[in-house]
Amino acid sequence: MKFTIGWLKEHLDTKFKDREIIEKLSDVGLEVESFEKVSSDLDNFKVAKIINAEQHPNADKLKVCDVDIGEQDTVKVVCGAPNAKKDLLTVYAGPGSVIPKNNMKLAVSKIRGVTSYGMLCSESELNLSDESNGITELKSNKYSDKVGKNFFKNKTEKVIDLSITPNRPDCLGVRGVARDLAAAGVGKLKLTSNINIKNNGAQKIKVSITKEKNQSCTIFGSCLIQDVENKESPKWLKDKIESLGQKPISAIVDITNYVMLDLNRPLHAYDADKIDKEIIVRNSVMGETFEALDNKEYKLENDMCVISDKSGVLGLGGIIGGTRSGTELNTKNILLESAYFSPRSIRKTSKLLNIDTDAKFRFERGIDPQSIELGLKKASKLITEICGGKVSKFDVQKIKKYKKNKIKFKISLFERIAGFKVKDKEIIKILIDLGFEVSKKKLELELKIPSWRPDITQPIDIVEEIVRIKGYGNIRTLEPDKTRFKATLNKQQKLFHFLQRSVASKGYFETVTWSFTDSKLNNLFKENFKEIKIVNPISSDLDVLRNSIFSNLTSYLKKNLDRGFKDVSLFEIGPIFKDNKPGEQLTVIGAIKSGKISRLNWNEENRSVDLFDAKKDVIQTLVEAGYDRQNLFVREKSPSYFHPGKSGSVYLDKDDIHPVAYFGEIHPNIIKKINIKTEALIGFEIYLDYLKDKKLKLKDLKSQFKFSDYQKSDRDFAFVVDKHFKAQDLIDIISSIDESLIKSVKIFDVYEGENIPKDKKSIALNVTIQSSEKTLEESDLEKINKLIISIVETKSGAKIRS
Amino acid sequence: MSDIKKIKDEFLERLNEDLNTESINQIKSELFGKNGKISSYFKNLGSLPAEDRKKFASDLNFVKVELQEKINKKIQEIEIKEINSKLENEKVDVTLPERNIAQGKIHPVSQVIDEISSIFSEIGFSVEEGPDVENEYYNFTALNTPDNHPARDMHDTFYLDDKKELLLRTHTSPVQVRTMLKDKPPFKIIAPGRTYRSDSDQTHAPMFHQVEGLHIDKDINMGHLKGCLNYFIKSFFEVDKIKMRFRPSHFPFTEPSAEVDIGYELKDGKIVIGEGDKWLEILGCGMVHPNVLKNVKINPDKYQGYAFGIGIDRLAMLKYGINDLRAFFETDYRWINHFGFDPLDVPSNYRGLSR
Repeated sequence: MKFTIGWLKEHLDTKFKDREIIEKLSDVGLEVESFEKVSSDLDNFKVAKIINAEQHPNADKLKVCDVDIGEQDTVKVVCGAPNAKKDLLTVYAGPGSVIPKNNMKLAVSKIRGVTSYGMLCSESELNLSDESNGITELKSNKYSDKVGKNFFKNKTEKVIDLSITPNRPDCLGVRGVARDLAAAGVGKLKLTSNINIKNNGAQKIKVSITKEKNQSCTIFGSCLIQDVENKESPKWLKDKIESLGQKPISAIVDITNYVMLDLNRPLHAYDADKIDKEIIVRNSVMGETFEALDNKEYKLENDMCVISDKSGVLGLGGIIGGTRSGTELNTKNILLESAYFSPRSIRKTSKLLNIDTDAKFRFERGIDPQSIELGLKKASKLITEICGGKVSKFDVQKIKKYKKNKIKFKISLFERIAGFKVKDKEIIKILIDLGFEVSKKKLELELKIPSWRPDITQPIDIVEEIVRIKGYGNIRTLEPDKTRFKATLNKQQKLFHFLQRSVASKGYFETVTWSFTDSKLNNLFKENFKEIKIVNPISSDLDVLRNSIFSNLTSYLKKNLDRGFKDVSLFEIGPIFKDNKPGEQLTVIGAIKSGKISRLNWNEENRSVDLFDAKKDVIQTLVEAGYDRQNLFVREKSPSYFHPGKSGSVYLDKDDIHPVAYFGEIHPNIIKKINIKTEALIGFEIYLDYLKDKKLKLKDLKSQFKFSDYQKSDRDFAFVVDKHFKAQDLIDIISSIDESLIKSVKIFDVYEGENIPKDKKSIALNVTIQSSEKTLEESDLEKINKLIISIVETKSGAKIRS
Repeated sequence: MSDIKKIKDEFLERLNEDLNTESINQIKSELFGKNGKISSYFKNLGSLPAEDRKKFASDLNFVKVELQEKINKKIQEIEIKEINSKLENEKVDVTLPERNIAQGKIHPVSQVIDEISSIFSEIGFSVEEGPDVENEYYNFTALNTPDNHPARDMHDTFYLDDKKELLLRTHTSPVQVRTMLKDKPPFKIIAPGRTYRSDSDQTHAPMFHQVEGLHIDKDINMGHLKGCLNYFIKSFFEVDKIKMRFRPSHFPFTEPSAEVDIGYELKDGKIVIGEGDKWLEILGCGMVHPNVLKNVKINPDKYQGYAFGIGIDRLAMLKYGINDLRAFFETDYRWINHFGFDPLDVPSNYRGLSR
C-alpha cells in the first residue's frame, strides 16, 4: 500500500510532522516498509567528467572518452561531439536510460568496432534547450564536486509504503489509513459527504444479478456516463499515479485506479457501446471462455462469478475485466461498475485460474459493502470534470440486504487481556473514532461494527483495537512467573542432547542439512522406505523427503573433499522419513568419516580409517549414554549402502528386533557413484527411537557400589576355532561360565596362517578371574581354567592351542 | 673388637671413594656375602665364651648396621647419579607437535537451541516437539487460518500430496495445538524445531528453525508476555539492558498480536544488541486467539495466555555475527570450524550461557 503524505492529508487534518506520522503508523499496526522517493527514469542521468578523450581508431569524427561517473572505474563512451575533450564536465546517461527528447532507450553497443557504455548528452537531448551541436557543458564551479550525482533533481514526493496485514482491507485505501491515524490522535478525519454531482436520467443498460446458489455478487451498483472524451490524465493525477511507481494509462482508467487507492473501492469501467444489450451477473458454466485485460484467454469452470451480456462473458467479477468491453481512448460512453463480491469465491476463482490483480487482492480481503455509491460518486465526478459527459442516476441491484454486525463487549475483558487499565470514556472515544456506533449498558458496550471492518467479529477483536490505538507502549513488563509444571526435557530429549555432544566429542563436525534431498541420491540409501515426493519442490534436485541422513551427508562430504580437505568427519542428528504422514519419522544420527588417522604426523604411522573406528565411535557413544557394553550385541546384518563384509549392526539386547545402530565401511559402489575420492570412507547411524530407556536411573545405579578387594588373577588362552566363528560368541561362552568369578574377557590376538589349518583361526584371550568372597587358591584357579577349556571346546568346537 | 673396628674403618674409607654399581656390589659381598667378613663373625658367635658373647654380638651388630646404612645410602646416590646421567641423553624436542587432535564441533543452531532451552528452563518452561510433516488441520485450520483465508498466502508451503492435505510444517505453532490437545492446562512450553517454506534467496532458506513459546493459565496477560520476552532477550544476548518495542501486527492464531523490535547500534560494521537507536524486528507474538483455544477444547473464558515464535537461525546470526543464512545449511568444513562450538560448551545457567 503506497501513498504520499500529501495524499494522506486530503483525508486528514493534521499538524504532525512527517516523522511523527511515520512513527504513529507503526504504533497503530500499519508497518512502514519504506518512506522514500520513487526512483525516476531521470535518476540515470549523472554528472560526469571526461578524464581522457582519444581519436576513434576507425572514425574521424568520433572520439573514445574515458568518463568518470563517480564509481570506482571509469567507463568508455564513444562520442561524436566536437566539444568532447579532457576535463569537460557533462551529463552521462548509462545503458538502460531513456533519452527525454526522443524516448530512445540506450544499450551497450559497438560503434565502429569500439564498445560504448552509454552516452554523453546534448542539451537538446535532455530537453534543456535546442542546443544540439555538441554535448552539455557544465560549469566547473557548480558541478566539479558533483561527479556521479544525479543531474536531474528528483522532484517526486516521498512515498510511504505500508505493509498491510490481511485483516485490514480498510487500510488498503488512503482514507482508512487516515481514519486510524485520527483515532490515534494524529489530527482529524475530513468529511467526504460534500461531493456534489448531477445525475441525469436513468441508467439505461439493464443490470440483473441471477439468484442462484453460490452467487458471489450481492450488490451491483452502476451508472452510465455519456459523451465523454477519454484522454491523457491531467498532471496532478498522473503525478499521483506515478508517485506510486505505476504508469498512467488514460484518464478513465487512472480515475478508477485512483478511487480504488483512495477509498479501497475497486471500480470497473466498461465501454457501454460494446455491451450487448444488458448486464447479467451470474455463475459461469464449465467451458466458457473469455479474453481478459492481461491478454490471456481463460477457460472457466462452473460457479465462477462472471459479468456477462447477451453475447457472453465480459469479465470475472471482482477479479479482472475483459478486452471485449474495455475502454479505449476513443470510448464515448462508459458504464461504471461498483459492486460487492464475496471474499471466499474471489479467492477460490483466482486460485483456480491463477490470476492476481489489485482488485482481487482487495475483494478477497473484504470490501466495504456500503461504499458502492461513494465510489460511483467520486469517480463519476472526476470523470465529468476531466472528460466531460453526463452521468445517469445510480442503479444499485441487491440480492441481499446488508446489516451492520453487532457485538456485546464486556469492558473488563480489556484489562483481563491487556493487563492495564484504560478509562471507559477513553475506550468509547477510541471506538467511535474508528467508526463504531457505541452504546453503553452498565459494564458492557453494545457495538455496531463499521461496514469496512470485516475482520471484527468478536470481543477479542475489540480488545485489539483499543490496545493498538492506545499504544502497545502502555503494556507493562511483568516479572516472569517461574512456576514449573514439568521437567524441562523428557528422557528422549535428554538422550538427544547427550548423544549429539557425545558424537561431536569424538571429533565429528555437526551439520544441519535440508530434510529433503535429491531423489537420485536418496535411492542409494532408501532401503525399504517409501519415496516421499514433494509436490512443489524448491528445485528438481531437492524433490523428496530424505529416507536417510547419508544422502545429504555424503554429498556434502564430497564438496568438502573437493575443497581440498582429506580427513573429514561429519554428523547430523535429525529426522528421516518413513512415510508422508505426521509422525512417520525417525530421529537418527548419521556420521561419516573419510581419509586417514594420523595423517602427516611425525611420530605415528598413518592408516586409513576402517570399520573398527566406526565401531569404536558408535559403541563408545552408546556406553557413554549409559548402555552396558556387556549387553550390546553385534550382528553382521546391515543396510545395503554399507560394505557387505565390513559392516554390522548393534542391538541393545540379543533378543531385540530393531538394531539401535549400524556401522561399517560405506559400500564401494556408492563411493564410486557419488564420485567421492578418498582413501577410505566409514560411517555409522544411531536410531534414537529404538534406544529403549535404561532400566535404572543414574542415582539408583550409583547407590549399588560393590567391589572386591581379593586378589585377581589373569590367565591367557588360545583357542583354534572355525574361521567363521564369531569372537563375540567366544567371549559370551566364557563370560557366562561363572559370572561371579570371570570379571573380564579380552581378545588380544587373532591369528590365521602358518601352523593353523586353512579354515581355522586362532583367538588368544586374557581372562580376569576374581572372587568377591576370598582369595582364590591355585587349586580354585586350576579348576576354573579346566572348566573354561572344556566348556569352550564343547560349545564352540574349538581346540585349546598348546 | 679391635678387629671389627678395623674392618669398619677400612670399609667406611672404601665406601667414601668414587664407586659405581659394580664396585659397591663387590664391597657388599665382601662384607655380607656367604663368606663375607661380617657374615663370618656372625657365624663364629657360637664359639665365643658366653660372658663375651653378648657384648661382642652387640658391637658386631652396631658395625653391621652402620655399614649397611652407609652402603644403602651409597647405592641410592649411585642410582640417582646413573639416572641423571641417562636423562642427559634423553632430551626430546618438546616443541615437536603432539599427536593429532580431533576436536569436534556443535552447529550454531544446536548451540542456540540449547541456550534458548536453558533460558526458558529457568522460568519453568518445558520443551515439546512435534512432527515435521503435518496435515493442513494442525498447521493452519486449528490455528484459526481456514482454507480460503488470505493469511495462508503468507506461508509458501511445501505440499506432499496433490490434495494439499499433507505438508511440511511452515511454523512450529502446530506443536501448540498438539500439546494442548494431549494434556490439560496450564501449559508452559517451548517448541524448537525445523520449519519449511518454499522460499529461497539470500535471506530465506527453504528450511529454517523456529522456537514456539506458549504459556496458558488462568490470568496470563500481555504484561506477562512482555516480561517473559524482555527476560529472554536480555538473557540470550547476555546484556543488562535492552530496548524493546512492541508493534501491533496480525497473526491469525493470536489476538492482539505484536511484532517485537529490539534496539541495536552498529559498531565497526557489527550489530550490537542493547541500546542504540536502530530497530530490528526479531519475533512475532500475541495472546492466543480464543478460536484456537476452542479448537483444542479449552474454555477461553477460563484460560488465556500468550504465544510467540522466534527464528532461531536469525538469533544465532545476531548473537554470533553470522552474515549469511544460507551458509548454515551448506556444511562447509571451514564455516563449521569457525562458527561451531566445542561439544563441552554446554550452555547452562550456573556455568553461563556462553564462554
